[in-house]
Amino acid sequence: MMIDGLDALTLARIQFAFTVSFHFIFPAFSIGLASFLMVLEGLWLKTGKPLYLDLFKYWLKVFAVAFAMGVVSGIVMSYQFGTNWSVFSDRAGPVIGPLMAYEVLTAFFLEAGFLGVMLFGMNRVGKKLHFAATCLVALGTFVSAFWILSVNSWMHTPTGFVMGDNGQFLPGDSWMDIIFNPSFPYRLVHTVTAAYLTTAFVVGGVGAWHLLRNSANAHARKMFSMAMWMAALVAPIQIFVGDLHGLNTLEYQPQKVMAMEGHYDSHPDGAPLILFGIPDSEAKEVRYSIEIPKASSLILKHDLNAPLAGLDTIPDEDEPPVEIVFWSFRIMVGIGFAMLGLGLWSLVARYRRKLYDWTWLHRAALVMGPSGFVAVIAGWITTEVGRQPFTVYGLMRTADSVSPLEAPAVATSLVAFVVIYFAVFGIGTWYIMKLMHNIPHDHETGVKRGDIGPIRTAGITPGPSQNPGDRETFPGSNRESQGPEIVDRTRNEEGGD
Amino acid sequence: MDLTVIWAGIIAFAIFMYVVMDGFDLGIGILFPSFQVGKERDQAMNAIAPVWDGNETWLVLGGGGLFAAFPLAYAIILPATYPLVIAMLLGLVFRGVAFEFRWRDPRHRGFWDMSFAGGSLVAAMTQGMILGALLQGVTVEGRNYAGSWFDWLTPYTLLTGVGVTVGYVLLGATFLAMKVEGRAEDHAYRTARIAGWATLALMIAVSLATPLLEGQYWRRWFEMPNILFAAQVPLLTGILFFALMRSIAKRRVYRPFVLALSIFLLGMAGLGVSMWPFAVPPGITIWDAAAPESSQIFMLVGTAIIMPIILIYTAWAYWVFRGKVGEHHYH
Repeated sequence: MMIDGLDALTLARIQFAFTVSFHFIFPAFSIGLASFLMVLEGLWLKTGKPLYLDLFKYWLKVFAVAFAMGVVSGIVMSYQFGTNWSVFSDRAGPVIGPLMAYEVLTAFFLEAGFLGVMLFGMNRVGKKLHFAATCLVALGTFVSAFWILSVNSWMHTPTGFVMGDNGQFLPGDSWMDIIFNPSFPYRLVHTVTAAYLTTAFVVGGVGAWHLLRNSANAHARKMFSMAMWMAALVAPIQIFVGDLHGLNTLEYQPQKVMAMEGHYDSHPDGAPLILFGIPDSEAKEVRYSIEIPKASSLILKHDLNAPLAGLDTIPDEDEPPVEIVFWSFRIMVGIGFAMLGLGLWSLVARYRRKLYDWTWLHRAALVMGPSGFVAVIAGWITTEVGRQPFTVYGLMRTADSVSPLEAPAVATSLVAFVVIYFAVFGIGTWYIMKLMHNIPHDHETGVKRGDIGPIRTAGITPGPSQNPGDRETFPGSNRESQGPEIVDRTRNEEGGD
Repeated sequence: MDLTVIWAGIIAFAIFMYVVMDGFDLGIGILFPSFQVGKERDQAMNAIAPVWDGNETWLVLGGGGLFAAFPLAYAIILPATYPLVIAMLLGLVFRGVAFEFRWRDPRHRGFWDMSFAGGSLVAAMTQGMILGALLQGVTVEGRNYAGSWFDWLTPYTLLTGVGVTVGYVLLGATFLAMKVEGRAEDHAYRTARIAGWATLALMIAVSLATPLLEGQYWRRWFEMPNILFAAQVPLLTGILFFALMRSIAKRRVYRPFVLALSIFLLGMAGLGVSMWPFAVPPGITIWDAAAPESSQIFMLVGTAIIMPIILIYTAWAYWVFRGKVGEHHYH
């Protein structure tokens, strides 16, 4: 087997990278989706338009599947620190452990406690209380991001600690210095905004897919329109925030920025912006580079002639792997600008009143549907690989953080994770795509579970054929007809009678 | 009172809450294949669908809390039981997604039902074995685990694994007896009776095996004056078992579950007698493993405020979905 040749450290790094990347796909989606659901339910309560309730229930089914995968892959993460990085856990535990405990107490319980009511409980608790549950789940996803990004940021920009005699990082005078470490505010905003954008593009892609099949579908129109507003408004904000985050990184982790920029050499009078090229860390140069002279200094220092140090100022053993960081950064930025482009295109279409007619716009939105996930993973690779060779930047090396495990143990578990994650989460993603393939329609069913239990009382409203009087609860509803076959399919899929 | 002792109590509470709340979930999962395909299984699944996620959060609190309050214990126990922990996590993956996946794909519902059952069984068994591995002692050098990666595998850990699994089945069966109707309910009571006897037998076996592992456990339990206090635990457990079996025979609604929980609580008390004051037997005490006072205080403030709120809204969620899940749809 190929992995036989690798040591326990490398295997542990691959395992953590794999499990955390897979995990983050789900929160990146559910943070945004929870907020989107909150907005939809809020709009439904405010306007009384059943369209919003239909969309809420359509996306709630997707949310249920994505959230379950986020939960189970997240439980794995909470133990990965101890199983594979026990020395790190022992030494950094007194500082970051409490923040993670706060994440459990303030976020995980909140999400989990109200998720059941959100999914199954509308008929049991009433609309207002149900909306409160939805809001609390959405709040929980944000609070979770707050704490875990504080932990992550502390590992990039550690502050507020003292070193103990036993080698542990111990909390200093103020926990605020630990929680609000220098990179945290930027990372938090950048990450949460990324989650919103990711979700917006998924919703936009699904809306576009259904518009391509039937451009008159009112539900598809609404989700596409909402998603394109997000793209147009939030993509530029994200690029701006990303720039601020980059400047913060330049201040605290200069070698990461050097790797992102591909600056092997220092430039005393203005550094070029390397758009593309092939970094070669052996020769310490970027081959076949396409450069804009002095533009990097302009972006990073706001001065064409500002000097910028390169990796030649950093000892080799402290350098991150340039090739990976260089490329992942370009993928992230490229997607960011493509998102901005799509957002602007949608504004033009909207202005010309062609938002629902321009099929090339819809095709582009469909292709861009999963782009947020790629950008998010590329961004995390940039920042995490860029922190190497340290776990706690500048203070604790990755090589010194690993558990005293034998390589075969780590190799076996790595293979198990890879096989099971691809199988289970692959199938889950397939189920999500099946749900997204269903045409959004009137009288959408909630998260139905056969005919019994929480379902019977908790499907948010019964399907149309079960309760013809349903329509009366929504005065002023003006619905397009979707044909009976859709209703039937939904019912079969949910288990039927 | 010593903050470290308070934190040991909080971690013990989290673990107990986990065992109480996810124990019956996992037990239902293990019993799942014994229910008929169709409404019986749907009932069993729906009895826990709205609450399983919250239940499992206690496991994250147990792990996260241990990391935060006793980082050294966390850093030793997890590598020491590495294959068990990984197996447990993957078992929880299979069972967690089955809650959603079985409804999304009726043609493969049988597969997800088996993954629900298999994942639950693996999780229960490995949790019991981790407990056994901890009790039998962990080899430590300096601040690191120093054993090999199969030290945990002994007859004793297999015994504790089976013990916890059967105990979870008892919890699951008594919980289902409260929540389901019809033939499924009869099945739940029948299973509870068998699981009750099996749990009693395994508890006795574990209780006899544990003091033989280590001199210090023997002294805790059998030397004067300890025995006067320690003997109350098996005595009370015996009385509760008698009441449990009677309540199952009389098909009481709530009593069997409450009594089964009380027996688990006493089991934890017994563990406390054996382990105190060690976080990682035989060498690392809770004070050796504890985080510094500043970390303890910082978390204690939050826990004191937030924990009661968590308990309140968790209770509310259970209240919302109270009563039988029912077999008939239109009343």
